[in-house]
Amino acid sequence: MGRLAQTEGLNEEQEAILEAVRDFVDNEIIPVANDLEHADEYPQAIVDGLKEMGVFGLMIPEEYGGLGESLLTYALVVEEIARGWMPVSGVINTHFIVSYMLVQHGTEEQKAHYLPRMATGEVRGAFSMSEPGCGSDVAAITSKAVREGDEYVLNGQKMWLTNGGSSTLVAVLVLTPGEVDEGASVYKKMTTFLIEKPSGFGEVRPGLTIPGKIEKMGYKGVDTTELVMDGLRLSADDILGGEPGKGFYQMMDGVEVGRVNVAARACGLSIRAFELGVEYAQQRVTFGKPIAEHQAVAFRLADMATKVEAAHQMMVMSARKKDSGERNDMEAGMAKYLASEYCKEVVEDSFRIHGGYGYSKEYEIERLYREAPMLLIGEGTADIQRMIIARRLLEDYKTRG
Amino acid sequence: MKIAVCVKQVPDTWAEKKLREADSRLDRESADGVMNELDEYAVEEALQLIEAQGGEVVIISMGPDRASETVRKALSMGADAGIHIVDDALGGSDAVATSAVIAAAIDGRDFDLVIFGSESTDARMSVVPAMVAERLGWAQLTFAQKVEVSGSDVTIERVTENGFATVTAATPAVVSVVEKINEPRYPSFKGIMAAKKKPVDTLSVADLGLDAAAVGAAAAWSAVNDFAARPPKAAGTIVTDEGDGGVKVAEYLTTQKFI
Repeated sequence: MGRLAQTEGLNEEQEAILEAVRDFVDNEIIPVANDLEHADEYPQAIVDGLKEMGVFGLMIPEEYGGLGESLLTYALVVEEIARGWMPVSGVINTHFIVSYMLVQHGTEEQKAHYLPRMATGEVRGAFSMSEPGCGSDVAAITSKAVREGDEYVLNGQKMWLTNGGSSTLVAVLVLTPGEVDEGASVYKKMTTFLIEKPSGFGEVRPGLTIPGKIEKMGYKGVDTTELVMDGLRLSADDILGGEPGKGFYQMMDGVEVGRVNVAARACGLSIRAFELGVEYAQQRVTFGKPIAEHQAVAFRLADMATKVEAAHQMMVMSARKKDSGERNDMEAGMAKYLASEYCKEVVEDSFRIHGGYGYSKEYEIERLYREAPMLLIGEGTADIQRMIIARRLLEDYKTRG
Repeated sequence: MKIAVCVKQVPDTWAEKKLREADSRLDRESADGVMNELDEYAVEEALQLIEAQGGEVVIISMGPDRASETVRKALSMGADAGIHIVDDALGGSDAVATSAVIAAAIDGRDFDLVIFGSESTDARMSVVPAMVAERLGWAQLTFAQKVEVSGSDVTIERVTENGFATVTAATPAVVSVVEKINEPRYPSFKGIMAAKKKPVDTLSVADLGLDAAAVGAAAAWSAVNDFAARPPKAAGTIVTDEGDGGVKVAEYLTTQKFI
């Protein structure tokens, strides 16, 4: 490993965890990633290995069988995994967000019921806000839960569920219009339900259908699906936190840590793109010397490395901020925005260094080129990040008087 | 069953290794230290034996302070305890002295089995396991691709040039393993956390009852008088095939004494 993207001040356990993950990525992920990606195959062996290692319980508190590690440790693990194959970090990300939401907002019964099985990876989490007609504009959702006696009946269609098929626990955001005053803000009319289901596709439980995988440009391997609720019956105990009307805030809390995660993924992908570029630039000879010795290419490498480093440090800072108990929505937004934009640029630079070979499916950079754009969109587009950043800035720097 | 596994910290396999000008010894600071790869197989084999039959695995390592990382790694894979022999007097020890130190650490600790990787990636002599067995007066079962323990017998498949030989000895015995034997596990995060609470004894040469003058560079049976960098690769000869390519290749191989 080179000197880029180092993290100061880690303890021995964090170093040992990252070393173990790095070894796993080098030996078990990178050598097979391209083949699995081209076949759009779910990386079962990799997921099993990560499960054995304990990745799924990394941030779950020790009292529930996890390791109780920090967001920073988690983000650095994600960065390493994304360096190997970014979609693998997607397998873990939704699980991590749902377990985080349970830890922060679940009732004692819900924590005891789900977290120990989530720590081992036996229960695998996914979450769902987006619908065919809305994504970042969360308040525009139309899926509804209507109370009928002791039960709620859910109807509606959800979109872009990462791990929709492979997960066994989905946190779904729906409207619960009858539960609060008509005049209340729409943000208080949303509720998160926890839905347990078997993995797989089709009608997986009465009233709940997971149609097949959505075909994508990149981000393959991991299953992205729709979710259809048609008279799905749940009880009030299935409401995250036990009370309706809090769903929006719970989801936003989850997405905030999710943004650090996406920033970390962008960092990992950028590091890999740089590694491939710097290697190729020293192998490939044109006009009598390795292309790395041509200033046009050397400057590209310098730009790439600078971006890798800046994105990494920004991501680390935003994770540390959250770990210290402070609000990090602006920093997470900045990290996600910067890291994903830089990632796209670093990948493109590496692609250009590869010349014609970069366009061949035999070369890893071709895959990275199709994977990077997902990070510009997922977990809040760049424009949404800029909205969040600007909103916080205008609060902080409000003109007095 | 009580098993000792001897592990060595070596410079990262893929790093460029350098010799120091001052004393012609390997510059261990110039590269990251990692557990010798074959020793991971030795640890894995011990863990598998213990998981099947019960018992304890103790890691033994001789090396400078930072070799404690390698002991810790073996503990995070699942071993129970460690012995780290660290002493300035040990720098530059040859295989003969190393075997004396390791044997002294093993002796009297009631081990049934001692497992080594069959060689280290830095020295590549493959002699320490045999020397340790000789010093202890135990049977040596080296280059094992399979190990089975049944009662007080240990049986291995010993890799030979043409296949393998089945060899059995009574315990206590020394076994060295090759990479065909298993697939070493990755440390789990729980294992990493647990490792920091496991006991590691740090021992000096004196603690082992050995004379410091009998180990180290001064006591080594061989010395490096001089060394030179490998000459850079020369450009190859290009032969144009004008119907006589085969002959020319054969001529070249003859000059190189291959045929």
